[in-house]
Amino acid sequence: MAFESLSAFIAMEGHGPYVWTCYGVFVVLLAGLMLWSQRRRRTTMEACRRNYEREAQGQQRTARPAATFTRVEVSQD
Amino acid sequence: MWQFFHKLGSPKWFYGIATRLMPWLLVVGAALLLAGVVWGLAFAPKDYLQGNSYRIIFIHVPTAFLAQSVYIMMAVAAVVTLVWRMKLADVFVKAVAPVGLVLTFLALFTGAVWGKPTWGTWWIWDARLTSMLILLFLYGGVIALDRAINDEKSAARAVSVLVLVGVVNIPIIKYSVEWWNTLHQPATFKLTEKPSMPAEMWVPLLLSVLGLYFIFGWLACLRMQTEIIFREQRTRWVKDLVMAGRP
Repeated sequence: MAFESLSAFIAMEGHGPYVWTCYGVFVVLLAGLMLWSQRRRRTTMEACRRNYEREAQGQQRTARPAATFTRVEVSQD
Repeated sequence: MWQFFHKLGSPKWFYGIATRLMPWLLVVGAALLLAGVVWGLAFAPKDYLQGNSYRIIFIHVPTAFLAQSVYIMMAVAAVVTLVWRMKLADVFVKAVAPVGLVLTFLALFTGAVWGKPTWGTWWIWDARLTSMLILLFLYGGVIALDRAINDEKSAARAVSVLVLVGVVNIPIIKYSVEWWNTLHQPATFKLTEKPSMPAEMWVPLLLSVLGLYFIFGWLACLRMQTEIIFREQRTRWVKDLVMAGRP
């Protein structure tokens, strides 16, 4: 150990706030990025699964148009 | 050779390899990074000039190093995208740009906090710091440009060109401490010389650099997989994969 006690380790001879701020932000951002990336893969897969299921249902119902268009008369005056 | 090249370009093949590789990347990366950081924080000797504030180096150098090498990897992938139109290369650029952004931010942030007790200031507009800030904007630009263009192929081409134009910044970052007067100290590691610090300092630093490389590898695999699922959702194999409910 480079330090004699736990309190000396935390204080780092006055440089503690600087050192621990850096390490704190590093851990939060790196862990955050890792968790967010993992969550994103899961949500992407879930969204795809919902798409597939919706398509499967759509195929069972027959002759349903993909979209409906309504002609709207707009007067020009 | 060509067969291997084509296989490498196949998203399905890559997806399988990544799934098998990822647990190893994560375990080895976390172990190396943890070992380097704990060693650096608690066991490495104090710097005779900077005192304990220098312990920030064990995360500052890895993030700054990775921030630059991720950009170089993106530039190589951009060339592959433009020349061979390989899908995976474009997937890589899109997947890792946010990782590069976070790494560059961390390098700048830890540098600023280290600068306060060492130089007496959070920030100066010198060559090293400014060129790193430009790297941050380049990563942001790549992400924004990619999101602004809906068509996948046009986006891939535009992003590749931007990445390649920005690559001019990398040698500027690297040599900024030698070309211009700066408060920033010169490079810690050089390929041609032995490190100027004792082994109890540079060994933990090397461990944390390697560890962060492995963690980056894990992140790249994971984020590329996500991008592949999204792009290839019309293919049979992705549908089977998603419906099977495995990652």
